[in-house]
Amino acid sequence: MPVSQETLDEIALSRDEYEAIVDRLGREPEPLELGLFGALWSEHCGYKHTKALLRTLPSSSERLLVAPGAENAGVIDLGDGLSVCFKIESHNHPSAVEPFEGAATGVGGIIRDIFAMGARPIALLNSLRFGQPDNARTRYLLNGVIGGISSYGNCIGIPNVGGEIFFSDTYKGNPLVNAMCIGLIENGKMASASAKEPGDLLLLVGADTGRDGIHGASGLASRAFEEQAEMRSAVQVGNPFLEKVLIEACLEALELPGVVGLQDCGAAGITSAAIEMAERSGMGLKLLIDEVPRREEGMTPYEVMLSESQERMLLAVTPGQEGPVFDLFKKWDLDATIIGNFELGENVRIYDEGVEITSTPVITLTDAPEYKFTGVKPEWLTKLQNADLSANPIPSESPADMLLKMLASPNIASRFPIYRQYDYHVQTNTVVEPGGDAAVLRLKGSKRGIAVSTDCNGRICYLDPEIGTAIAVAEACRNLSVTGATPVALTDGLNFGNPETADVQFQLTESIAGMSRAAKAFEIPIVSGNASMYNQSQGIDIFPTPIIGSLGLLEDVEKHSTAGFKSDGDVIILLGTDSTWDDIDGLAGSEYLDYIHGKVEGQPKLDIALEIRTQAACREAITDELIASAHDVSDGGVAVAIAESAVIGEIGASINSAPGERWDASMFGETQSRIIVSVKPENLAAVKAITAANNVPSIVIGYVGGDTLSFGDSISLPLADVDDAWKNGFSRATSD
Amino acid sequence: MKFGIVVFPGTWSEKDTHHAVNGVLGQDAEYIWHGDEVLGQYDAIIIPGGFSYGDYLRSGAIARFSPVMEAVQHFADKGGPVLGICNGFQVLCESGLLPGVLMRNDHLEFRCIWTDLKVENASTMFTSKATASETLHIPISHGEGNYQADEATVDRLEGNGQIVLRYSDSSGNVSPDINPNGSINNIAGIVNERGNVMGMMPHPEKASEKLIGGDDGNVIFSSMIESFAASLA
Repeated sequence: MPVSQETLDEIALSRDEYEAIVDRLGREPEPLELGLFGALWSEHCGYKHTKALLRTLPSSSERLLVAPGAENAGVIDLGDGLSVCFKIESHNHPSAVEPFEGAATGVGGIIRDIFAMGARPIALLNSLRFGQPDNARTRYLLNGVIGGISSYGNCIGIPNVGGEIFFSDTYKGNPLVNAMCIGLIENGKMASASAKEPGDLLLLVGADTGRDGIHGASGLASRAFEEQAEMRSAVQVGNPFLEKVLIEACLEALELPGVVGLQDCGAAGITSAAIEMAERSGMGLKLLIDEVPRREEGMTPYEVMLSESQERMLLAVTPGQEGPVFDLFKKWDLDATIIGNFELGENVRIYDEGVEITSTPVITLTDAPEYKFTGVKPEWLTKLQNADLSANPIPSESPADMLLKMLASPNIASRFPIYRQYDYHVQTNTVVEPGGDAAVLRLKGSKRGIAVSTDCNGRICYLDPEIGTAIAVAEACRNLSVTGATPVALTDGLNFGNPETADVQFQLTESIAGMSRAAKAFEIPIVSGNASMYNQSQGIDIFPTPIIGSLGLLEDVEKHSTAGFKSDGDVIILLGTDSTWDDIDGLAGSEYLDYIHGKVEGQPKLDIALEIRTQAACREAITDELIASAHDVSDGGVAVAIAESAVIGEIGASINSAPGERWDASMFGETQSRIIVSVKPENLAAVKAITAANNVPSIVIGYVGGDTLSFGDSISLPLADVDDAWKNGFSRATSD
Repeated sequence: MKFGIVVFPGTWSEKDTHHAVNGVLGQDAEYIWHGDEVLGQYDAIIIPGGFSYGDYLRSGAIARFSPVMEAVQHFADKGGPVLGICNGFQVLCESGLLPGVLMRNDHLEFRCIWTDLKVENASTMFTSKATASETLHIPISHGEGNYQADEATVDRLEGNGQIVLRYSDSSGNVSPDINPNGSINNIAGIVNERGNVMGMMPHPEKASEKLIGGDDGNVIFSSMIESFAASLA
């Protein structure tokens, strides 16, 4: 009997996909099998619309110990016997439905991804997008998400060291909650998410399985969901304490000789975790579904297979060596249960009370269809790009008042009111705290350190997905370079609209091309990734938001730089340009144009060669200990960047020249590849020599000191006013 | 000197504390599992920060019933030095080793910030390396650090010099607007009457090296080391 449309809708498979399943199996799938296909062929697990594009990304590096794709994330060598893996994961739709638990379990999920690799999680970041914070719904989402991240992260003892938050109406009905986790692996002791030999036991460890999160992957994550706003039951509930215990127990278990594989249960629960393990092992799998400990009576095999109950892990264990494994988990008061074994063969065979209820080829299940497309640039985009930016009137406010207004805007004001709710000190490695461009962590037992950041400006990606994504890569790297760290690896979190539409297909194609071009220019690999599709508000696709997570290496962590000005008399230099002020083209996609004029238009630009040279010069000057402070020029342009360095450093600054007639573009234009540094006067010549040697333009624009911020003769603001606008702007914008 | 560091399921500051007393200050340190009923030979016990057993009921409310806490009580009764940090302070209050309770922060949010602490009593075995009225720069990280006790208890603590640390500005001025959690009289740390059990919400182990923002936390551990050395002399 042909399957009903209702059934297909429930698991988000198309009629064509169903036909493909029948064709490959040579028969109609059983209902349970169909559920497995729905999960594994979901956009979330199967990457149907992104797989072909993602293959074009650079993934090689001398530092790569494990290639991306071979395991859950690539592993990067840092030297001194240390290596890291890191990854971003989205939890957008669960957070839209139930912000607290959605965000909390997003954090929990990415942590499991990382310790499943045998890595100790050492840092979390989160990259968040919401609608404008001027309404009750957005504030509810905002407070829920921050509360969830705070609650889960603080309880689990992993520092939350950075990220971004950005407001735009494009995300109003569909916030983005992307969490990134970084894990440290010592002496190459990484874990594999596979079994070694046929006969290896499959152990389920951690929480009992309940009915929560069923159809999370296929339902919430893999289709336009606004009509599904009642899908609260598809959101999981997190238990950070259990996860903390799981981390310690699993990392300890990896030291036991019998433990050969470790895998996290994430989206699509046991289905995805166990079947991917079988695929990676090149083996078949016998699953005893009735052995899975349950939270409630009467659960069907279908529900057990698709449950997304949190805080569960799978282990592959050599038979006969499971005794010490059980002892260890007992010590941690955790349940461990044998739920099957790997075997010779190609099928996953599911048994319920001794009876085989399905037998399906592993490869058929995991080989989701791949949709290829080429993007065509839409006409509306050409119009936006060609907009005459000079047609936007110069505001009637004074430049000084406008600077205060920009500093207090929700997208620019200090994020301290948020990150003070996150523990960013635990593990005692945090050298540069949140609030600057990137966080810096020391690595105990080594002189080295790492810097980590996330970046993406959706507005700029909307105006030009190719250049916009290249800019996201450039900025994510620039955030590292201003601390002195050399970028060594990237991860991506793709957040896009409905991939079945021509516009989103164009955005996806262009965005991946831009990411690939920029990563190749920086000569760094993309070691892991995540794709979230069908992000829409009121039927309109969100701005394409390919979030870039970046990781940099400091050979000597003592030699790092921070964003705040330091001392009276230090000279302020702008790197990457030979003029203090920006021009009208810099307003393309800028915060100023959006916030003040309500427009998102213009053609963003990036000279990637100049970008790379500028960052190299900045790093060299920091490593040579010539720099007192370094700060990236980004949202709000050069005037905002100078003001931030002054407020963070608690010291004023005098800029030599006043902005030109078109002062708004001068001050708030966002032309790329610019860095503000301050140096002691005696180091000026040495810094100039470095910029000259790297063929990087630069200009001395003023000096540090006093308790005012002034630009030539025309603008002078008490530092206290600047401080008040920037530090209190966020709280004012998010309360009545 | 040998420190014993108690580990409950959900504790997360044990490694940081170990690093501070062992890695930075060169003392012996060992972990003590929450199920242990008998303590080994230790010169001081530290109950570090975290969320013991998840703290879903009330911070420290379950931990007080763990076998190890009976042993810690016994150790304290014999005069052994016990330091409770953050969750450790909560556990000590729940166990009755220290008076008062730690309630939810008055603003209801978690707080992770650097605080300045005025040393009110520099003659305890936990603060002897400080000078009275000196301020220590040490971060907090808690959602339930709002110290409260009945009036008589607070008066007794004040009168006996049992209030060791108070939230202040960097010059040592104690005022309500510098209070990060609503604690009565800006209390950040107290000792018992005998002076051998201290609880403090700020995390000295998170301020153990200049590279990570400061090393004022070592004043607490170094005082314990000094006091132990003096007890041997």
